[in-house]
Amino acid sequence: MTTVAPEKVAVPTKRWSGQSVPRKEDRRLTQGQGVFVDDVKRHGMGYLHFVRSPYAHAHITSIDVSKAEEIKGVFGTLTGEEVAALTDPFFQIAGAPGGQIKDFSLAVGKVRYVGEAVVAVVAETRELARDASELVEVEYEPLPALVDARKALDADAPLIHDDAGGNLMWQGIYEWGDLDAAFAEADRVVKIDELHFHRFNSTPLECDGALVEYNRGTGQWTIHTNNQFPGFAAIMMGPAMRCGLDKLRFVTQDIGGGFGNKITSHPQLVACCLLARKLNRPVQWTEWRTDFHMSMSHGNERWFHDTEVAVKADGTLLGFRTKALDDAGAWLRYEPLGGVIWAQVTPGMYRWRHIRVDFTQVATNKAPVSPNRGYSRMQHLWFTERVIDIVAKELELDPVEVRKRNYVRAEDMPYETPNGCIYDSGDYAQMLDMALELIGPVEERRRDAQERGKLFGVGIGSTLDSGTNNFGQSQLINAELQFSGNNEVATVKLDIFGEIVVTLGTTPQGQGHETTAAQVVADILECSVDDVHVRAGHDSYWNSHAGFSGTYASQFAVTGLSAVKGATEMLAAEIKKLAGAVFGGVPVEALELAGGGVRIKDNPDAFLPFMACGAIINANNAGLPDDLDVTLNCRYVYRPPFQVPDVERKYGNLTLTYAAQIHVAVVEVDPETGYYDVVDYAAVDDCGKRINPQIVEGQVMGATAQAIGAAVHETYEYDDDGNLLTPNFYDYHVPHALDMPPLQTGFIESPSPFTPLGTKGMGEGGGAGIHAICAAIQDATGAIVTDSHNPYQRVWELLQ
Amino acid sequence: MDVAVSINGTLYERDVEPRKLLIHFLRDDLDLTGSHIGCDTGNCGACSVIVDGKLVKSCMLLAVQANGSTVETVEGLADGDELNALQQAFSDHHALQCGYCTPGMLMSATALLRESPSPTDDEIRKALQGNICRCTGYWNIFEAVKAAAR
Repeated sequence: MTTVAPEKVAVPTKRWSGQSVPRKEDRRLTQGQGVFVDDVKRHGMGYLHFVRSPYAHAHITSIDVSKAEEIKGVFGTLTGEEVAALTDPFFQIAGAPGGQIKDFSLAVGKVRYVGEAVVAVVAETRELARDASELVEVEYEPLPALVDARKALDADAPLIHDDAGGNLMWQGIYEWGDLDAAFAEADRVVKIDELHFHRFNSTPLECDGALVEYNRGTGQWTIHTNNQFPGFAAIMMGPAMRCGLDKLRFVTQDIGGGFGNKITSHPQLVACCLLARKLNRPVQWTEWRTDFHMSMSHGNERWFHDTEVAVKADGTLLGFRTKALDDAGAWLRYEPLGGVIWAQVTPGMYRWRHIRVDFTQVATNKAPVSPNRGYSRMQHLWFTERVIDIVAKELELDPVEVRKRNYVRAEDMPYETPNGCIYDSGDYAQMLDMALELIGPVEERRRDAQERGKLFGVGIGSTLDSGTNNFGQSQLINAELQFSGNNEVATVKLDIFGEIVVTLGTTPQGQGHETTAAQVVADILECSVDDVHVRAGHDSYWNSHAGFSGTYASQFAVTGLSAVKGATEMLAAEIKKLAGAVFGGVPVEALELAGGGVRIKDNPDAFLPFMACGAIINANNAGLPDDLDVTLNCRYVYRPPFQVPDVERKYGNLTLTYAAQIHVAVVEVDPETGYYDVVDYAAVDDCGKRINPQIVEGQVMGATAQAIGAAVHETYEYDDDGNLLTPNFYDYHVPHALDMPPLQTGFIESPSPFTPLGTKGMGEGGGAGIHAICAAIQDATGAIVTDSHNPYQRVWELLQ
Repeated sequence: MDVAVSINGTLYERDVEPRKLLIHFLRDDLDLTGSHIGCDTGNCGACSVIVDGKLVKSCMLLAVQANGSTVETVEGLADGDELNALQQAFSDHHALQCGYCTPGMLMSATALLRESPSPTDDEIRKALQGNICRCTGYWNIFEAVKAAAR
């Protein structure tokens, strides 16, 4: 594995940011001392197990829990009927028709996918809870299942949600520019009947879970969980449970991977809360792998139909129109936000200005979808990349040249897209050159492979990792929604013995927030990262969170670290103010922070260590001036500069930053069997200023590995009856150590002009790998690739 | 059934249900929560421990089958608070992100390095093929094991 850097690397101007500081988290995690949700135990707790539907679509005619409840050691059960009485349906993001569906934490009256939770059983051991679940008798009256989203709007399609009156959940037309003029100007119109982006997700190794305690005296639930977006869970759960958000305390520490898949566990958390109250004991739930695969957070499956691309003979792209069809699965748990999130990257990396997307989202009898690394943008970027390579093939042009001809150029930055998004900075052509250079000349390798009887292919994937959402984009889905902007919180304080304590609102799942936050703090306070104590995890009791707190959507390096920067600068100012008073009225301009304390610039001997500052303000404050407004406990809310988008035109800036990725994959295909190896791979990334390069590179690698897995192996396939065919790691093959190709990485740094640290959120750029492999297979086989998932059998079919 | 197991040098004697898996015995009964569970099918390797010198997935063994054996888990790797060379190499090479697979990875690598102190790249890959990591893509893990072998 090698890494290349551009010739001119931004030199770190400060000591800690920009360095690969070893991670603070590693000491506990390498010793098995992390605290993951299943590690949390309480006296007398009961283990929860869900009884799940064996049918994709069926009426529930009766439920009998009596035999289960008779067993010694079984504490109790919860049914959909109880849930419907005790809670209100979850708030829906959609307006009508999708917004009319009634979603509860357990199935009520009907099941809508295989694996849907129907009853919850709590017992004194995990094993007993499973045994007892077997004794729950549920009678079903099966209904025809709807598995293929393309048939969802047919007149004879099974109706999944009576309340919605049909299977249409959301529909919207996005159109910008002048399509008629673009197609009139075009030398060629390239038509693509159907492209399909498949269903998969990132399968974090730790499944979902919670330990929930109910305090009868205060009416408050404490929810130890690995949910990665507690702000969203709270908004969903409070109204449903008819309680204020102060009654829901969310606590996380270490989370075993999230990738977006742990955003929508609120239905299960509600079941845990109701049972903790009903049974008056702590309730522990740890999802089994099979349960995760069957019921949690599949990525959005999407089709693109009747695509037409207006293009000049030289490969200049003018515009496109397409019909996107999105399969939401059985419930709208975060949807239909996928119907707008893609618009953050409407033109991909290209300068075409005339675009129309008719977007339709439907329900099916499959597991509900929700965010998955690269959420909704990955599908759309895969589409734009496929279009580029199909156009290049149709016009017999070099895909490298078509890209370079159409890329948004470095001199165009900041670049306003046709729908009003602002690409902040970057140099895509330079990145492509770097990636191709990493791979090196291929003609000799192509000949060599051909001599060995192999087909040889090279493919490029160019993607954007848009980060820091403007939640105002939700209003493009439903103009009634009252969400916009974004925020994140950090608190930095100096305690009695001079401890620098940092509290984040985020919920990291391996991104090293404790380390990068300490780097930012240490630079401002002129101390060592070892002096900075960043609390592990999230606790809504810390008062260090806001409505959008959490870790999702590529934003920590912007929202999280900007909050840390803001709070630390407040603290630095307060330390100086305090020292000025202690020194007898020295103006703050005459003071500086250095060496773990504050001193007078012209008289460095006049030095007050942080320990003294902390002790004075917290425990020895008599005699301080009355007007000294200092607490040394500073809370800062970072709010990105956003406006509410124009709902009518579907126009506005939807995200603050645009990290970029260019990946190149090289494949060798066996023409007899369709089997192929990825034999070489390069990933070049630009996420602006890198606070910790090693952590950034780790994200690039991880995203790449997930892309390779998704492109070659990983898929949630259903049979015609709606049975999931890949419900565990036997059938759902994630990459293993032996599957990994040689990897070379490179980077450039284009600091964002819009963020306090020049950073861009990153980590979700793996989609580039899916495109790169599709393009490489197309190059090798000569057949147009129309699916994002290309197992060996499909490649064999392409060769026939 | 009565079970006596020596784990990281401490003898544990407990009465366990015959059907209890070794991983649940470690985690739920003994509170040795360093070893993790990532699947139901023996694929992921997060629960890997060393039993009588052999690398095993502790979800594929009943606790009663471990009766009388000597078990090594991730909690026993460090010398007091001092990370051993392999643990340190994992940190140095950023071979972990969320850390959930890490205990199992470390035990698999430990078993490899005992058997083959200077493993080839191929040996490292084969030794880790039973451990799934969803964060790193394995590349840095290979580097860490190589570094620890030096």
